[in-house]
Amino acid sequence: MLLIPCPHCGERPENEFSYGGDGTVERPTDPAAVSDADWHAYVYRRANPKGPHVEYWYHQFGCRSWFKVRRDTHTHEILPLEDETS
Amino acid sequence: MSQAFRLSEGGGIDRAQLVTFTFDGRRYQGYAGDTLASALLANGVRLVGRSFKYHRPRGVVGLGSEEPNALVRVGRGGRVTPNLRATQVPIEDGLVAESQNRWPTLDWDLGAINSRFARFLPAGFYYKTFMAPAAWWMTYEKVIRRMAGLGKPPEHEDPDAYEKRHAHVDILIAGGGPAGLAAALAAARNAKETGKRILVADENPAFGGSLLNGPAMIDGRPAAAWVEETVAALQALPNVTLLTRATVFGYYDHDFLTIAEHGTFGAARQRLWKVRAKKVILATGAIERPLAFADNDRPGVMLAGAVRGYLHRYGVRCGDTMAVLTNNDAAYACAAEAKAAGMAVAAIADLRAEPGADALTLAREAGIAVLPGHAVAGVSGTKAVQGVRLRKLNAAGDGFDGPAMRIACDLVAVSGGWTPAVHLHSQAKGKLDWDEDLAAFRPGRRFGANVSAGACNGTLDLAGCLAEGAAAAGGGIDLPATGSDLSGAPHMLWRIPAGRGAKRFVDLQNDVTTSDVALAAREGYRSVEHLKRYTTLGMGTDQGKTSNHHGLALLAGATDRAIPDVGTTTFRPPYTPVTVGLFAGRDKDAFAHPVRRTALHDWHVAQGAPMTDAGLWKRPQAYPRPGESLNDAIRREVLAVRDNVGLVDVTTLGKIDIQGPDAAELLNRMYINAWKKLPVGKGRYGLMLREDGMVWDDGVTMRLAEHHFLMTTTTANAAAVLQQMEFLLQTQWPDLKVFVNSVTEHWFAAAVSGPNARQLLNKLTTDIDMSNDAFPMMAIRQGTVAGLPARVLRISFSGELSYEVNVAADDGVALWQAVLDAGEELDLTVYGTEAMGVLRIEKGHVAGPELDGRTTADDLGLGRMVNANKDCIGKRSLDRPGLNETGRLQLVGLECDDADGRIPFGARIVAEHKDGAQDQLGHVTSIAQSPVLERSIALALVRDGRNRHGEHVYAASPTADGGKGAWARVRVTGPVFFDPEGERLHG
Amino acid sequence: MHRYSAFSLLRHALTGHRGWAPAWRDAEPKPHYDVVIVGGGGHGLATAYYLAKLHGIKNVAVLEKGWIGGGNTGRNTTIVRSNYLLPGNAHFYEHSLKLWEGLSQDLNFNVMFSQRGVINLIHSDRERDVLAGRYNAMRLNGIDAEVIDTKTLAKLVPSINLSPDIRFPIQGAVLQPRGGVARHDAVAWGYARAADALGVDIIQGCEVTGIVQDGSKVTGVETTRGTIGAGSVGLAVAGHTSHVAAMAGLTLPIETHLLQATVTEPVKPFFDTVVSSAPAHVYVSQTDKGEVLIGGHIDGYNSYSQRGTLPRIEDILASAVELFPRLSRLRLMRQWAGVMDMSMDGSPIISKTPVENFFINGGWCYGGFKATPGSGWVFAHTIAHNRPHPLNEAFHLDRFETGHVLDERGAGPKPQAH
Repeated sequence: MLLIPCPHCGERPENEFSYGGDGTVERPTDPAAVSDADWHAYVYRRANPKGPHVEYWYHQFGCRSWFKVRRDTHTHEILPLEDETS
Repeated sequence: MSQAFRLSEGGGIDRAQLVTFTFDGRRYQGYAGDTLASALLANGVRLVGRSFKYHRPRGVVGLGSEEPNALVRVGRGGRVTPNLRATQVPIEDGLVAESQNRWPTLDWDLGAINSRFARFLPAGFYYKTFMAPAAWWMTYEKVIRRMAGLGKPPEHEDPDAYEKRHAHVDILIAGGGPAGLAAALAAARNAKETGKRILVADENPAFGGSLLNGPAMIDGRPAAAWVEETVAALQALPNVTLLTRATVFGYYDHDFLTIAEHGTFGAARQRLWKVRAKKVILATGAIERPLAFADNDRPGVMLAGAVRGYLHRYGVRCGDTMAVLTNNDAAYACAAEAKAAGMAVAAIADLRAEPGADALTLAREAGIAVLPGHAVAGVSGTKAVQGVRLRKLNAAGDGFDGPAMRIACDLVAVSGGWTPAVHLHSQAKGKLDWDEDLAAFRPGRRFGANVSAGACNGTLDLAGCLAEGAAAAGGGIDLPATGSDLSGAPHMLWRIPAGRGAKRFVDLQNDVTTSDVALAAREGYRSVEHLKRYTTLGMGTDQGKTSNHHGLALLAGATDRAIPDVGTTTFRPPYTPVTVGLFAGRDKDAFAHPVRRTALHDWHVAQGAPMTDAGLWKRPQAYPRPGESLNDAIRREVLAVRDNVGLVDVTTLGKIDIQGPDAAELLNRMYINAWKKLPVGKGRYGLMLREDGMVWDDGVTMRLAEHHFLMTTTTANAAAVLQQMEFLLQTQWPDLKVFVNSVTEHWFAAAVSGPNARQLLNKLTTDIDMSNDAFPMMAIRQGTVAGLPARVLRISFSGELSYEVNVAADDGVALWQAVLDAGEELDLTVYGTEAMGVLRIEKGHVAGPELDGRTTADDLGLGRMVNANKDCIGKRSLDRPGLNETGRLQLVGLECDDADGRIPFGARIVAEHKDGAQDQLGHVTSIAQSPVLERSIALALVRDGRNRHGEHVYAASPTADGGKGAWARVRVTGPVFFDPEGERLHG
Repeated sequence: MHRYSAFSLLRHALTGHRGWAPAWRDAEPKPHYDVVIVGGGGHGLATAYYLAKLHGIKNVAVLEKGWIGGGNTGRNTTIVRSNYLLPGNAHFYEHSLKLWEGLSQDLNFNVMFSQRGVINLIHSDRERDVLAGRYNAMRLNGIDAEVIDTKTLAKLVPSINLSPDIRFPIQGAVLQPRGGVARHDAVAWGYARAADALGVDIIQGCEVTGIVQDGSKVTGVETTRGTIGAGSVGLAVAGHTSHVAAMAGLTLPIETHLLQATVTEPVKPFFDTVVSSAPAHVYVSQTDKGEVLIGGHIDGYNSYSQRGTLPRIEDILASAVELFPRLSRLRLMRQWAGVMDMSMDGSPIISKTPVENFFINGGWCYGGFKATPGSGWVFAHTIAHNRPHPLNEAFHLDRFETGHVLDERGAGPKPQAH
């Protein structure tokens, strides 16, 4: 059972949350202006790394915040978000 | 001959409390505090089970959770439990236990014939045979399944309850032996100021661990007294919780551990502790290793530590005359203490040419003969040990020198050294290091907030265990100690020489022998995981506690590798088997999932309406009158709405309150259609896509004020739509000034539908002008209905003049009753979800079955709703070729040709009336028996359906009627069957 | 290859089983192969076998970073079925099921494919409509499928809970009689042995660390045991497809998630059929050893950890006890997790890629094990002919971009929802 660090409520057990997937994916601000390939990458393609992963979580049974967490997908360690490197 | 092997004194049992139990139908007596194993041994019962494959006779080997052999079926009726370890079952009056995996009796087991054919049944034999003829496998398998399994499963539902508990602690200590208790003492002392919470759990009925297995002195007192004092002192502290018969079985992410506690907790039989710990001290001890010699599985061959444990914990002699086989010093204490307790010790055979000096002194003083460099070459007796043959090992240890000595004995105490119980350390993802002195793995780099202390860390001497335990908890206490050491580096001889054909068992439960390991290596199964899987080594209910280590050492030898190069298999939870029902807890039967009820739930039930599940909601299907069939009721309810007026509970639709200056902009981005120009007081039907362009949700959204909207969603997607809006607002569009909130539970909603709907509502409201001009279609009005504050929406799912009245959930019953009262003279009819479904299908409205996640707005005939002048979620995906080509499934209506025919549920659309392979044109999504059209109709998704109107096809259900099949010839039509111009709802 | 049979078993018994040869050679990597398959699970080994057997390509290596069959082949719940709705899936899985039906004989290795039937329970009218629709579609695709009532269900699975008082009472079921289970490890070993006999090199303990490219063309792989040249490279590394494909510069429509599974202690068999329930997210079968094997849903967040977690197991076992009340007093013996390539539409990808001579086979979600023979069969064809077989045309990587997704559940581009 993971402990997810909610920015408002602090560390809470994972079953209070929903997972929102890759947190580096940004919706194009003007979808009509992006290429088919870029749109397709936004909708479908994910880096899916084995290791540090910035991801969205939703405190569904809590404060309803959406926020980013950096977590190692191999060890499940929660890492500091500030360390996020390109 | 009652309890002939019981000592007259000693042990933690209560001789004043006689306990009577039965084993295989025979009555025995033991004492309170006995386990089933100790009581059977006290009664001289040696044969307690049969092995899995060869059905070899087997006896008790160990003392606790490591026991591989003594598995029994315990209990009666619904409480019968198979595969329990006799070493962990406390006896109580009337306990009924029986042996397993034998027929007809334990003593005379027909399955033992397998033993005769053992040479034809090596590891993995089943992969090499049973292949011809191919069709016979199912027959072979029937026989195999008859041989499978250990105990018989329970025949009845489990009458017991299980409980779950959460704990958040500063320190969790797993294991209450010397290291664990020392840690607890130190932790308690260091937490005196802070009151930090400490939880100590031990799998045994009493704390003390190895301290209970023999004499020792701690802090100037006998160990037993020290344990008693320590436990009493800890118990007195409010911040310390002590659990016995409580196994820490799982170490999960982020220092979350689980404990299975046995006992009685109110009505519950066991309790699952879910513990989040800031720090974990692992003090789980070590497991003694057996040795692989010829016929090492005979009843009476036991672990030396267990023999010692039975002596001191239970006052039980495990035999009259004992021979010892050891490779370390620890077993000497066992021999000396056994002799002091009145047992004869025939000899100690020590694999080492030079046993430790202290050990030799101990043996000499006790008058016990020691045979250095000797091993057991064979065991006589099948259902009980009758004697052993001892022989001198050659220098290489791969053969014998000199003659065999025959020694009569009924007990062989074996010690092959100690394997640290690193399970929890490993479950936490800690690494293991090979320790040559121990000939075992010990904890290496750790992961998580844990530390291993004592024997599980490879520290075997008592003083060391105490010191490590205390240090792990911050130190500050000093506990001098002597005695009870497990010390003595083992001299490992993983395979003791044996004569041809003799079996040396590595895994007693699964009957894996040294030859099986060699065979696996020979055939290329060189990974330790391949070995495990090919031979089944370590895959029994003991999870290889006494066998895995040996197996991988033998594999290393057979493949010329060092043991650390072979590595271990992965340690997985649980540490010991855990009752399935404990994980389920109270989440069973009616409580398996939550129930959502509308404010009118009790009223629906009181009318006798059959209730159906819509997700977690309960909804009334229809309200049959006495003697009326469900179908007749549905027909009556539909016609009432079409001809007069009906009332239905529509609470379950999701409602989301949207407020803020950018509310309309948010809707513009969520829905495919445009929202900014919607006037206050009006609503609009909206369609929402997923980002891949597929239709996701629909519903009517009303503008209550310039910056205030009320959105309705489908029942199924209510939570997901809110979640998606929150996501977009918080992460992608933080600049939008909007708040969204679910208000589904705040409201009760009822729809009044039918030509007389206005007339009925006019009787209930004075402050809302119900006239067509003042209150047009798609408008919302706020006022009072039946004196209750209400929002009234003029929207229609049925295609009739229809109003949805929303009042506070608490007012639901009052509103409903008021509408019923007012409707009496109009002959108002209450209708359920089935009639609602028929009404919407007749009108061609799409719902869940049509919004199957694979349909586009265009597929549903709603393509023109997509606003060209703005973006919305999913719009960018719509121009992909796959979404625009011909051949897509499109929404159509189907009318059954035969007025008495029925379109079957789950039907596929085909051109021909035949079973078997043929091209499928599409499928039926929703079916209805239409009272208006007087025939069976359906909505369907059909390939190029819009170009097929007027065609005749078949709705086919070959699986219907138990395989007889059902075909209906149907005509393809538009999806709107009734009032396509919508005259009625505007009327 | 020494043939396995009851007779060979008898003969070897006379010499104490000391004469058995290794099931496959422990091959040393050669500098170059016509085809290198990355991943020694069932799919990779099957691909190599069919390349050698059906396409005459025998200069083939299978590279496995650990031990063969050690990924999802060895940690699944062993169910084999072909009960799919969409034509792009249905015919492929049915082809696979047909290969299963002769697999033990074809490989001369008993994979214990046991057609004891696979049951999906119906708990609501809506579910009845959906499942009946799917099973009708199967029948009209020429695949065996039945809809059964509770009376028949009670006969097939006597211990199932038909009480009307449970939260989602069972109304009936659908049945694929030809579905069943197989011995998962044996599939890897059987394919390995048969491929080895045809000349395929099976190289364990050889991890691919890079894909060697010449322009837009793949020419080999870098491994922990040196660089190995290859005419073509085929990826069959379920769970790690994104990870290895990234070495060739590809970002895939895949996320990796954990699927939890457990097994109880062995007891005497009390049911034979595989039983699954969609709303309960659980599937249950009893092995030939007597263990009850229980699988469930994914944890719901990206993970490669392969470790058991608690929350899902609590759900899964609560559901299992609801369906089989007799399970309550049995005891859980082991818990583990498989790493699933969850694709964006829930269907696999067996396809050429934008990189020449580089082929991928992944995105199996939960469905990989049953597909093993079919997957190897079509992947071998795709690699050998540099174009897909009609049976895997629908599994093209481009389908997301073109909008030809195969979304059995209609859950959309949300991998954890499939």
